[in-house]
Amino acid sequence: MLVYGLINSAVLALMALGFNLTFGISGVANFAYGAIYVVSGFLTWTLINHLHLPYAISAIITISAIGIFGGLVYKFIIRRIRGLVISEVIATFGISIVILEFLRYVGFIGFKYSLPVFIKGSVEIFDAYVDIQRLLIIAFGIFLITGLYLFTHHTKIGLAFRGIAQEEHTSLSLGINPDRIAGWSMGMGSALGALAAIVILPLGTITVDSGYDVLISALSVCIVGGLGSTFGVIIASFIIGYAQTITATYVSAHWTMIVSLVAILIILAIKPSGLLGHQKELEERV
Amino acid sequence: MKENYRKERIARGIKARSDDIYALTSYKEMWYLLFPRFVPIVGIALIAYFFLPLYWKKVAITTCIFAMLAVSWDFLSNCGLLSLGQALFFGIGSYTAGSLDHYLHLPIYVTIPAATIIGGFISTAILLPVVRLRGIYFAMVTLILPLMLMRLIEATKILGGTEGITGLSPLPNVWSEITLVLAAMWASLFGLRRFIASDYGLIFVSMRDNDRATMASGINIYAFKAQALFIGSSICAFCGAFMTHSYQFTGMPVFAMEFSILPIAAAAIGGIGTLAGPLVGAMILVPLSEILREFGTLRIVFYGLILVICVVALPEGIFHYASRKYNEMERWVRIE
Repeated sequence: MLVYGLINSAVLALMALGFNLTFGISGVANFAYGAIYVVSGFLTWTLINHLHLPYAISAIITISAIGIFGGLVYKFIIRRIRGLVISEVIATFGISIVILEFLRYVGFIGFKYSLPVFIKGSVEIFDAYVDIQRLLIIAFGIFLITGLYLFTHHTKIGLAFRGIAQEEHTSLSLGINPDRIAGWSMGMGSALGALAAIVILPLGTITVDSGYDVLISALSVCIVGGLGSTFGVIIASFIIGYAQTITATYVSAHWTMIVSLVAILIILAIKPSGLLGHQKELEERV
Repeated sequence: MKENYRKERIARGIKARSDDIYALTSYKEMWYLLFPRFVPIVGIALIAYFFLPLYWKKVAITTCIFAMLAVSWDFLSNCGLLSLGQALFFGIGSYTAGSLDHYLHLPIYVTIPAATIIGGFISTAILLPVVRLRGIYFAMVTLILPLMLMRLIEATKILGGTEGITGLSPLPNVWSEITLVLAAMWASLFGLRRFIASDYGLIFVSMRDNDRATMASGINIYAFKAQALFIGSSICAFCGAFMTHSYQFTGMPVFAMEFSILPIAAAAIGGIGTLAGPLVGAMILVPLSEILREFGTLRIVFYGLILVICVVALPEGIFHYASRKYNEMERWVRIE
């Protein structure tokens, strides 16, 4: 159970990272995130099964295509309404619905839509058999978090990210174009979502409905962790991940979705800015 | 030549527009004020009662229900509460009416009003912990809640579980349904418009405009937000209760995404913040989607597209545009 809780947490963290990146930097809550997750699953599936590309190449194509898609969405849609919270939410939510319901209409439903695992087989840890894929998820989670940290602290774009997150007008005066950087962050957030999809989806089948589930998971992890704080996301995903696993083991698997809601409510009652949210975020939220 | 001119807009001067004098000097001015209110009320009633076949009468009822959901959505967004989950209120109302009828065998003229009030209370109670949140944070929670409740009902198998509750008592006939729903729709629209325009309603609007300034004026905005939630969700709960009796069924579909997304789409088309605009939007969207019924789930794709296009390209909405054309004279004047 310890191991499964860890894996569950890593899954949640992976799902939430992309959403969190976009929100933390550009302030745009990307409600299309779940849709992007599902689309990248189907895109990879199509590339593998219809164009017969090798797995690694189709994964790379998917990630870059989705990243570019996110950037374009920002450039053509979000940029016009940035700062108008209601419009942002409605527009991204609209995009999400267009994508998901279109996929449902086209008929991407069934058990054949599943991605192959990277490496088959399982290992035994603490009396529990674990697929190597699940271990890979943990590895990817650690890798991504370190990568993101290095990226935001040591590259030019990464520093610009943090710049516009902290003080948009000052960074504008220092020659950083907030719109361009926010577009980048949207693209990168989407690419992270695609990556998460490719790593996580081999565990099950790709379904359209999971788009909404992923959005919910990402949202709850981000709310609990404090929006925009990467470290908060990690801690929150551990809390929710373990809580879900414990509930699934001792109560019933049906109740796992309730856990995140309860977590949100408790956190909001105790500390409205989230576990590691800053004062500035507190002001924005409450 | 055109760049030497500018468009000038002048409000049509009638005395009713001024603040204290309510002297209407002619029938023409009275008609000017009455026309935009009178024509839709009478027109829709006439069409709904006399000119529609039975199937389209049902569509008209659904249209009015969605119009009320949209008006309530707009009221909530006017109060700074951005809701992505009208389905939550709708579903709670529906389930309340369903269980009152099914388990307590109450008559229909008790269940609908009771479900309106109780549904409003339950929805407000559920959202009370998160009423402190602003903007998208509130939106996130309202998006999550209906999906969660769906899961909860699926998991615990309470209230009929996945099957829902069937065989509820119907409304007497289609005429009474139309009368009830039309009355409720116009009452909620004009009631909310008057409410928003009153001094008390000013507080609600000020919460949207600048909630910290409202707080600084010594107003407990959480109490007022709770009131706004109660008003908004009661209207939705009435819709839910009504639809439950109309279809004689309540079940998990009442939490469906459609009940959340269509009101927002209607508001986006009609013009956010006017209360009447969302109603106009719903009057356009619902019959349209009925015509597009053969496309199945593709309809929801259309709603999504409409949402994105309207929000990005036509942020004003139909109603703002129409009321400007009606209330203001436009002319080109030469730039001096």
